[in-house]
Amino acid sequence: MGNEGNQFKYVGTRPVRPDGVDKVTGQANYGADFTLPGMLVGRVLRSPHPHARIKSIDTSRAAALGGVRAVVTSADFPNLPSEVAAGGEAPVNYRHISCNAIARDKVLYEGHAVAAVAAASANLADEALALITVEYEVLPHVIDVRAAMRPDAPLLHDDLFTDGVDPKPTKPSNIAKRTQFVMGDIAQGFAEAEVVIEREYTTQPVHQGYIEPHACVASVAADGMTTVWCSSQGQFMIREFCAKLLKMTDSNIRVIPAEIGGGFGGKTTVYLEPLAIALSQKSGRPVKMVMSREEVFRASGPTSGAHLRVKIGAKRDGTLVAGDLELAYQAGAFPGSPAIPGCMTGFAAYNIPNAKSVGYDVVSNRPKCAAYRAPGAPMAAFAVESALDELALQLGMDPIELRLKNAAQEGTRALYGPKFPVIGFVETLQAAKAHAHYSAPLKANQGRGVASGFWFNIGGQSSAAIHINDDGTAEVVTGNPDIGGSRASMAIMAAEVLGIDLAKVKPLIGDTASVGYSFLTGGSRVTFATGKAVCEAANDVIAQLRARAAKLWKCDIEEVIWKDGVAYPAQGQTDARAQLSLAEIAASAAKTGGPISGKAALNVGGAGAGFGTHICDVEVDPETGRVTVVRYTAIQDVGRAIHPGYVEGQLQGGAAQGIGWALNEEYVYDEQGRLQNAGFLDYRMPVASDLPMIDTVLVEVPNPSHPFGVRGVGEVPIVPPLAAVANAVARAGGVRVNDLPISPPRLLAALQKGHH
Amino acid sequence: MSKHHISVTINGDPTEFLCETEQTLLDVLRDELGLTGSKEGCGSGDCGACSVRLDGRLVCACLVLGAEINGSKVETIEGVAAGHALHPLQQTFLTEAALQCGICTPGIIVAAKALLEQNLDPSEEEIRYWLAGNLCRCTGYDKIVRAVQSAAAVMRSA
Repeated sequence: MGNEGNQFKYVGTRPVRPDGVDKVTGQANYGADFTLPGMLVGRVLRSPHPHARIKSIDTSRAAALGGVRAVVTSADFPNLPSEVAAGGEAPVNYRHISCNAIARDKVLYEGHAVAAVAAASANLADEALALITVEYEVLPHVIDVRAAMRPDAPLLHDDLFTDGVDPKPTKPSNIAKRTQFVMGDIAQGFAEAEVVIEREYTTQPVHQGYIEPHACVASVAADGMTTVWCSSQGQFMIREFCAKLLKMTDSNIRVIPAEIGGGFGGKTTVYLEPLAIALSQKSGRPVKMVMSREEVFRASGPTSGAHLRVKIGAKRDGTLVAGDLELAYQAGAFPGSPAIPGCMTGFAAYNIPNAKSVGYDVVSNRPKCAAYRAPGAPMAAFAVESALDELALQLGMDPIELRLKNAAQEGTRALYGPKFPVIGFVETLQAAKAHAHYSAPLKANQGRGVASGFWFNIGGQSSAAIHINDDGTAEVVTGNPDIGGSRASMAIMAAEVLGIDLAKVKPLIGDTASVGYSFLTGGSRVTFATGKAVCEAANDVIAQLRARAAKLWKCDIEEVIWKDGVAYPAQGQTDARAQLSLAEIAASAAKTGGPISGKAALNVGGAGAGFGTHICDVEVDPETGRVTVVRYTAIQDVGRAIHPGYVEGQLQGGAAQGIGWALNEEYVYDEQGRLQNAGFLDYRMPVASDLPMIDTVLVEVPNPSHPFGVRGVGEVPIVPPLAAVANAVARAGGVRVNDLPISPPRLLAALQKGHH
Repeated sequence: MSKHHISVTINGDPTEFLCETEQTLLDVLRDELGLTGSKEGCGSGDCGACSVRLDGRLVCACLVLGAEINGSKVETIEGVAAGHALHPLQQTFLTEAALQCGICTPGIIVAAKALLEQNLDPSEEEIRYWLAGNLCRCTGYDKIVRAVQSAAAVMRSA
């Protein structure tokens, strides 16, 4: 395909991805596809109770079963101190990760791992699990976030004292942390307001829903050297977490990344890997562990359910003067919900002079939450963007006009601190307003909703190496799992900078021993930060190529310029006799100093903030309460789309996940604290027949901190859909539902109850 | 307990395997025969990542027992391309960026191929309902539906 009128040869084009053929032919190897000779099968015994003290575990009968090679419990893992460290996408507490991977003293949710076995076959492993006797003292449990905050709620951790309140509490509680951001004077702001909207909202926990369950193979050699093959969002994260949990050194663990079958943030921590290593240590054999779908639902992290209260004050002309947001997010069994990013993002898209947000991180007897695409932002945006829609209706204003009037721009100070540099929020609103979708007629029972969203995006540490082969081709090695086409972007950027044919560039994802440290694939960082490392590695290659040309020409390197993949002398650029292509220089590399190999190892700052605006049309069936999304348009400032096809895909996929969050997805618990819908039949993710085509508009306001202007794109698109759908439903049916999901029974009840 | 001795044809190759009674066709393909292109996303027939053809019929390999298919003809993702010649669906999935992580792709291509073999000009709605048993969490299905439409157009003009 053509390059769509831009100034680049490859950036902005849509080549076939380098890993594509393997993936359409079934040859690509994902986490569960790897096997080793002599491999054992590992299985996990999980708690049937949502909250219980482990009084004893007797594994002797399991260990005695023929074919069982190892049994582990928490007694086989170091008892780590509770301390917070940098790691993953947010600060981590390795004691909590360890106790989540295998319960110590107490089980805190149904499905919590208690013991693991490795046996010669899956059947033997399952038989062994049944022979393990665990004596539990069942404790009262709490599932709901507001119930968990009450003073008389069952306590999950007796050493958990609410952080962030003064004075420090004397009694433990389930509230792990209170966070607050304040700007201006909200009392004064609300006093100036002529219209005030105040509402409460709830959202349900939703699972990332990657189609590939967690899977790994671990093999520990007699000298302790440990190799792990697994799919994850970061081979270095797996290495680091396993080393901490097992008190090993990083260099004794090598993690080889498999293809990853979806993550969306959910594969930014460890569950099986430390167990598989411990089982391999004990058995002396490679151990493979794969979660069932049921285990994925019961024991891996969804994102938080939330309870939110928002109050917004405005002048009659729509100028926002005050905002007050309070949110409580479910962390699951251990502290660490995305309440802080919820507080930071809620009002970030708007210029509100007096604003405050308060967040509570609350533990309850649910699986520990994990990152999910723009962690914490979609729930906060659901509340704020729903309230804004009500404000627009009350003021008789167009919802895009209301947002345009208050949109954050370059220089606007965000509630969480910084002033925005160049951003493209206004451009997304203008594009939405101008889009044919926005003025298209609606039919009976249809409504149109608009909502916007913000996400920070991140940079961070990334490494890249580019090795030039003798024939002028290039291997581009990076350390980030490719979760949605990033190898295509790396190849495009390398080819663009080097000035060589894209077909000559082969991107590859290295293991932890063969490429420099790279922070995990998350935070919408890879095309931005790792892409920048690739560009710098390519510039390093060019510097070496110029030096080799200078050597051949017996001149100074300053007298050699590099253009379109060819070295020219600084003067007489058109003299064909004095040109050296990359391939020519590569062919003579041995004679001019040896292999040509560039690298970059960066800690990248300057991630460009991302904004999106979505338009959603729904049709409400007044007889059943079923909501059908009939048209959807996602508009986003992407900075620069390196491969527009995969950028559009991010917008479409994020929108689809957000639609599922808004309409169907939820965790259903019974009175005993057991999850009732741990499968894809009852946990209802959108299927093809649930959705329309999802139109996209890529707005490009380049990020000055990236060689090609890239902003992260993966997370923003899940922020607007919750409110875009809810606003459309409200405008279609005349009834606003502030509790997600807007499932048929819930909407039908609301419709029957009438307006509010 | 002795294993079952089963003879089948897989992607045109006469194949024999031994399996336990409880092993599914998916277990057999992946664990006994090394054909890991069919994926296990749920093991309960809800996600379609293990879609294969059994005597021409589109099935979830996780819902079929290995022991019950003696004498059958099985087609998996590994048999969709003719050697190095990709099927039009495989081509259009690549050119139209219809996959992101790719874990659902083999099942979707097998399922879509079954559709196009009985209907070379399906409507968008027909494609969406046919593929409703194949979950994709990455793409929002837009590019998948378009790639199937494009492949149908290629096949119609062939």
